[in-house]
Amino acid sequence: MSTQGTAVTGNSAVTADEMMTACAARALRDGMTCFVGIGLPSVAANLARATHAPGLVLIYESGTIGAKPGSLPLSIGDGVLAETADAVVSVPEIFNYWLQSGRIDVGFLGAAQLDRFGNINTTVIGPSCAGPKVRLPGAGGAPEIAASCREVIVVARQSPRSFVDRVDFVTSVGYGEGPGHRERLGLTGAGPRKVITDLGILEPDPQTCELTLTGVFPGVKVADVEAKTGWDLAVSGSLDVLPPPSEAELTALRALQATIPAQERAA
Amino acid sequence: MAEIVSLADAVAAAISDGDAVAMEGFTHLIPFAAGHEVIRQGRRDLTLIRMTPDVIYDQLIGAGCASKLIFSWGGNPGVGSLHRFRDAVENGWPGPLRLEEHSHAGMANRYVAGAAGVPFAVLRGYRGTGLEGLAGLDGHPAVKPITCPFTGETLTAVAALTPDVTVIHAQRADRAGNVQLWGITGVQKEAVLSARRAVVTVEEIVPELCPQPGAIVLPGWAVDYVAEAPGGAHPSYALGYSQRDNDFYVAWDAISREREIFLRWLETDVLVPTGPVRAGEGGPGS
Repeated sequence: MSTQGTAVTGNSAVTADEMMTACAARALRDGMTCFVGIGLPSVAANLARATHAPGLVLIYESGTIGAKPGSLPLSIGDGVLAETADAVVSVPEIFNYWLQSGRIDVGFLGAAQLDRFGNINTTVIGPSCAGPKVRLPGAGGAPEIAASCREVIVVARQSPRSFVDRVDFVTSVGYGEGPGHRERLGLTGAGPRKVITDLGILEPDPQTCELTLTGVFPGVKVADVEAKTGWDLAVSGSLDVLPPPSEAELTALRALQATIPAQERAA
Repeated sequence: MAEIVSLADAVAAAISDGDAVAMEGFTHLIPFAAGHEVIRQGRRDLTLIRMTPDVIYDQLIGAGCASKLIFSWGGNPGVGSLHRFRDAVENGWPGPLRLEEHSHAGMANRYVAGAAGVPFAVLRGYRGTGLEGLAGLDGHPAVKPITCPFTGETLTAVAALTPDVTVIHAQRADRAGNVQLWGITGVQKEAVLSARRAVVTVEEIVPELCPQPGAIVLPGWAVDYVAEAPGGAHPSYALGYSQRDNDFYVAWDAISREREIFLRWLETDVLVPTGPVRAGEGGPGS
């Protein structure tokens, strides 16, 4: 943790989303290049830029490189991203020259469904692509972000339905079937190094690649996390209690959130 | 050589029932006015192609214009689901919608191949995903592994996209039909050059195009029809002319969730000849 966790007095006011966002922001170091998805990843990346990582390079798949939005965008292509970017490039260029070539340090992904090897499903819930129970938005930029960023951070709320033993469909590859699979597939990035949830952090075991609980937020018990995990969750022998957002982080985060119009926040 | 015509004439001349139609614009410069004209002219059985179907294809799908969709991300950005898209896929309303899903990188490279006149493009991608080897709409996979003839490495080949028609929105054109667009330019150049016919709507037609930083110019001879459609990207935007109407994207969730409310919106806001509502007037039942 790069930030000392100066606990906010009476931090019952800190929401699980705020804990997640602050935790995700701390995973970003100053000067990194970061491929940012919309939603919580974008909030976290902008929080990092507003606090400990002012030199963080935000890259959105719309082709905006080095975007410095003063207000949080609703989409990955809001005007504020283009207007504040160091460069605006085409979509083929952002994926081929910048992402595929291995120039991006960290990719931030969400997940509708995620399994013990960090494989992500954002395509369908249910048995078949032809007649799915729930049609999800689909792949977007995620498969290649998962393949080619030097490392990936996944941010997702935990439930037994979303953290499953096997995903219904592999949209983006984490560690595939386990150790060595990424290498056999020729995926150049290291894969998901952290999965940050509303309860804590899961990290891949160095030997088995299986996601292992390595940290929990204050007040969260291991049993709480196990109850919200759809597989037999491995727990690290040296479990961290993750510090809550500091006063400065919370102030910066709430200031960022305040830049979103009320009707968008409700969405 | 581009003909400068009305939007209605451009759509009538360029788009027929059963066509494969790409309407591109990555969040920015989405050709909504042209999409509404396609709905008004009652096109059917279209194969819609677009990286991010967005609200524009939610509208076309709900209006019954499409039977197939080739895409990579079908959500309402920052808001949630596209309800008309989901209703078509999950419940077959107003008709069944067959899907071909790709990644963004795959779609972008498929347009690149189409624009370059080669049958496929090569990328690192899809490996190990369920998308690799999925049957496309023609029954054959559009994604296959390929061995590099120089290194022996296994990469991924994606089939070229060659739409019958591509439609884009741009900031400006001159009277010769040369088109200028800037800001987030997405995959529009590739989408236009990969298509058999191209329609461009513009914010304004000007006597002469002034240089703009980072602008793309599509020569008039590479475009078939240019139509003036001020505000034609709303609720998307045209940098330098308008702002993204994020309120409309949020309001779309409620408009599109129920079939009846959507149909009422279609009747009052698209099918009437006055055209789309402007910013801030797009609430449900308005």
